[in-house]
Amino acid sequence: MALNDILKHMPSINDAYNDFKACEELSFANLTQNKVLSVPPYCNPVENLAKLQEGNSDVKIHFDHGTTTLGFIYQGGVVMAVDSRATGGQYIGSQSVRKVVEINDLLLGTLAGGAADCTYWYRVLTSECRLYELRNKKKISLAAATKIMNNIIYSYKNSGLSMGMILAGGDMNQVSLYYLDSDGTRTTGKVFSVGSGSIFALGVLDSGYKWDLKDEDAYELGRRSIYHATHRDAYSGGTVRVYHVKKDGWNLISEEDCLNLHRRYQAEKNN
Amino acid sequence: MSIMAYNGGCIVAMKGKECVAIATDHRFGIQAQTIATDFEKVFPINKQMYLGLAGLQSDIITVYKRLMFRKNLYEIRENRVMQPERFAAMLSSFLYEHRFGPYFIEPVIAGLDPKTFKPFICNMDLIGCPNMPDDFVVGGTCEEQLFGMCETLWRENMEPDDLFETISQAMLNAFDRDAISGWGATVYIIEKDKTTVKTLKTRMD
Repeated sequence: MALNDILKHMPSINDAYNDFKACEELSFANLTQNKVLSVPPYCNPVENLAKLQEGNSDVKIHFDHGTTTLGFIYQGGVVMAVDSRATGGQYIGSQSVRKVVEINDLLLGTLAGGAADCTYWYRVLTSECRLYELRNKKKISLAAATKIMNNIIYSYKNSGLSMGMILAGGDMNQVSLYYLDSDGTRTTGKVFSVGSGSIFALGVLDSGYKWDLKDEDAYELGRRSIYHATHRDAYSGGTVRVYHVKKDGWNLISEEDCLNLHRRYQAEKNN
Repeated sequence: MSIMAYNGGCIVAMKGKECVAIATDHRFGIQAQTIATDFEKVFPINKQMYLGLAGLQSDIITVYKRLMFRKNLYEIRENRVMQPERFAAMLSSFLYEHRFGPYFIEPVIAGLDPKTFKPFICNMDLIGCPNMPDDFVVGGTCEEQLFGMCETLWRENMEPDDLFETISQAMLNAFDRDAISGWGATVYIIEKDKTTVKTLKTRMD
């Protein structure tokens, strides 16, 4: 079984932790064991790390947060659309973040929640997917890839990670869509939206979604949903990126600045 | 999140050569959610004086109405237009009256003296400490960004056109780095013989 093969190669967290401790003195621990992180220097990280991020805390750390991402499956494959803003508190750190991670030629993932958490674990996942290919001489399925990610995330449950990911890609000669988050959820579905602007995006997406959507209409629905979210949600904005995933690979469809989108949609409204 | 940043928004005012300018953004939000994009935080006080109020939306409206009441009473009793200096003093003592339960606002005043046409700008903290510099004043959630922009762009003795360009660029580039300000802007250029109001097209995200 393919999944068993992967899991055999994946060290359990306990084994890995012992290796990690041995390597820690040489301080290249997470170079060789990238699924193991240093133990927090205090108990109960969910509560205590959260305390440091509160506004009235003496220690001020604000992880990058606030996003709108979406993915939906339809007759022609999967459309994924994202914004590109990174905020630390109310400060806009960047308007040009790439929130779609290109894992390989077939798989895409979106990034929401803690920016560092997502980018780090996507990098680990990318390497796991490549190792799978080298071991098994075939591309990993999305089901297997999400299961690897989910196993890693689950082993860190209740340690304060913050991630909400939508993954899409070719799977057994069809396209599928998964949602994963740091609570340990892993589920397939037709329509997902994650992030602070997701409520606004879903309002547009749900009202326009049909299985029989044509490709161009599907791209436009994804783009419009993200645009409306950037308009209402303070923590989403920048450029809207739209990707199309088919069973033989993905394509970047468009990258458009919200300013131009706003002008276009306003002009349409006034006509 | 601080109550001063609950609704978002920002104000800036600048002195020029025989003119002053004041600018406001248009956002009214509740934390992350943008409720309206037509909430201007600058109000006309008389022909050549404008008051900008940043902070908690409900207090912006209350303070504006209470100030207009006091200002109108003064103008009726004295039978003359209120000077910006007098207005600032009145606002300062009004805010200090609520020293132990303040209104959550940061006021910015810009105007010309009704007789001498001398430019006047002023801002205060929420309990009425006045500040009257020679160059510019700022208030609201992207204060730091506004200070940075104003420090680099402001020059002495700018003509009205120049002043408009400077205050607009300062405002736009400051609130583009703030998640809870923006969604449109209005600029008022106050001159001896006229006041020009211009609405800016801005990013709407």
